[in-house]
Amino acid sequence: MPSAVPQAAPPAAAPARRKPLLLHPAAKVLLFVAALLPLAWYVWGAVANTLGANPAEALIRGMGDWTLRFLCLTLAVTPVRQWTNTPALARFRRMLGLFAFFYGCLHFLCYAWLDKDLLLSDILPDIAKRPFILVGTLSLLLMLPLAATSFNRAIKALGAPRWQRLHRLVYVTVLLALLHFFWMRAGKNNFAEVGVYAAIVAVLLGWRVVNALRRKRATA
Amino acid sequence: MLFLKDRGFQHPAASEITPRTVYEQRRRLLQLMAAGSGGLAMAGWAARDAMAQIPRPNKLAALPGARSTVPGATTMEKLTAYTDVTTYNNYYEFGTDKSDPARAAGSLKTRPWTVAVEGEVKKPRTFDIEELLKLAPMEERVYRLRCVEGWSMVIPWVGYSLSELIKRVEPTGNAKFVEFVTLADKKQMPELGSHVLSWPYVEGLRLDEAMNPLTLLAFGLYGEVLPNQNGAPIRLAVPWKYGFKSGKSIVKIRFTEKQPATSWNHAAASEYGFYSNVNPNVDHPRWSQAKERRIGEDGLFAKKRATLMFNGYEAQVGQLYAGMDLKKLY
Repeated sequence: MPSAVPQAAPPAAAPARRKPLLLHPAAKVLLFVAALLPLAWYVWGAVANTLGANPAEALIRGMGDWTLRFLCLTLAVTPVRQWTNTPALARFRRMLGLFAFFYGCLHFLCYAWLDKDLLLSDILPDIAKRPFILVGTLSLLLMLPLAATSFNRAIKALGAPRWQRLHRLVYVTVLLALLHFFWMRAGKNNFAEVGVYAAIVAVLLGWRVVNALRRKRATA
Repeated sequence: MLFLKDRGFQHPAASEITPRTVYEQRRRLLQLMAAGSGGLAMAGWAARDAMAQIPRPNKLAALPGARSTVPGATTMEKLTAYTDVTTYNNYYEFGTDKSDPARAAGSLKTRPWTVAVEGEVKKPRTFDIEELLKLAPMEERVYRLRCVEGWSMVIPWVGYSLSELIKRVEPTGNAKFVEFVTLADKKQMPELGSHVLSWPYVEGLRLDEAMNPLTLLAFGLYGEVLPNQNGAPIRLAVPWKYGFKSGKSIVKIRFTEKQPATSWNHAAASEYGFYSNVNPNVDHPRWSQAKERRIGEDGLFAKKRATLMFNGYEAQVGQLYAGMDLKKLY
């Protein structure tokens, strides 16, 4: 998918009427602040004790929810950009991806701290023994190389095609994250929410598959 | 040097411990006597046993109970706040989120209400709820409640031993198990359309488990009738088993020869066994059961506490499982 290379499209390519808003220097700052709002909400809730009877569980789950949401948002950038013919959207993808990683780390930290008292002797056997924890951990680990190579010089050093191949790991990441969520809920046969995310991910990845097939046919 | 084998937490029988409320009252008595108002204090002291010791939240109709004399029936641990007990619930007929039942269970009508008792009994009959309320004297019992999900509470229930009811219907020699069927009414329960479980919710006990004096037919908590989300108007409380074994809003009790097919066992047999005794040594496939989080305890960073065998009721119920492999019969 050559269109996924994160070099921002030249401003001239954007339709004139969308240009001022999305290309405004404040747009990224606004997104950054907005992306921190869920965290602020949970931190406030923890301090003010408004997270319900089991605040630890609320925090762990909340951070997990937002990891999945940011992964979906990141994956939505390219399709939405093409559907709406808004190339400038690409500017925000890196930040969304990094926030997915950020919330993923917080999710793990909350689990390790609030659920396992930061005891490696509890955490490591838990990861080894329980497939859904293992899958969640893998999903987080897969984001690590993506976050580590998210800056411009890494793209140059790797070369765009290689960088892009590496960053396709995000597809595996989101599928593992979804499986992690599915397994977590499986014991109670409670799949309503999982279904919503699965549908969104199916559209976002399905669109890419269809695109790739079309391109293959066009070049054949 | 003498090495003692670690046998885990050796809890004293509840009857040997002075209840917190009682020793606090004693201290207050001493303070009052020191202050010269001993006479007044004595009146309160004398009335102690007649009154429920736990303050009522004054939300629902009063349902007082005398302090239970059943061994193990009154744990001394700090009570979980009424708000937490009544807003953090699993009652899937009203939604799968813990906060759903408190919000949605208002649609449950608890009057009129009957409980049909049938199956392998000499005197099958249907009880009206008013009749059940008067069947035996109400007792206040403070039980630990351990959820299979790894959290726990301490709840002051009001009710009487299920055995009181069982004695009156006279099980036949064929009765080996007791099945509890709970209400499933689409008009009152918005989530019955979901496929989370097959409704109605069914749970079961072995007859000797059901006859154990700790097995409580509960009608209230915190000195008041049960809130709907906690299983009004009548539910079970089986303190040494995971919470889901204690069915809510019971409408039928059947005595059977064969082990009943229970809802969670039917939904995921590898995760929820028939017995479901609280057991820190047998993990749930997806999480350890060694520790638990006490709801409302000391803030966000409170350490989890070690889960006790049979939820701390081993002295009272351990003999029911003598010789059984609890790893297989989980």
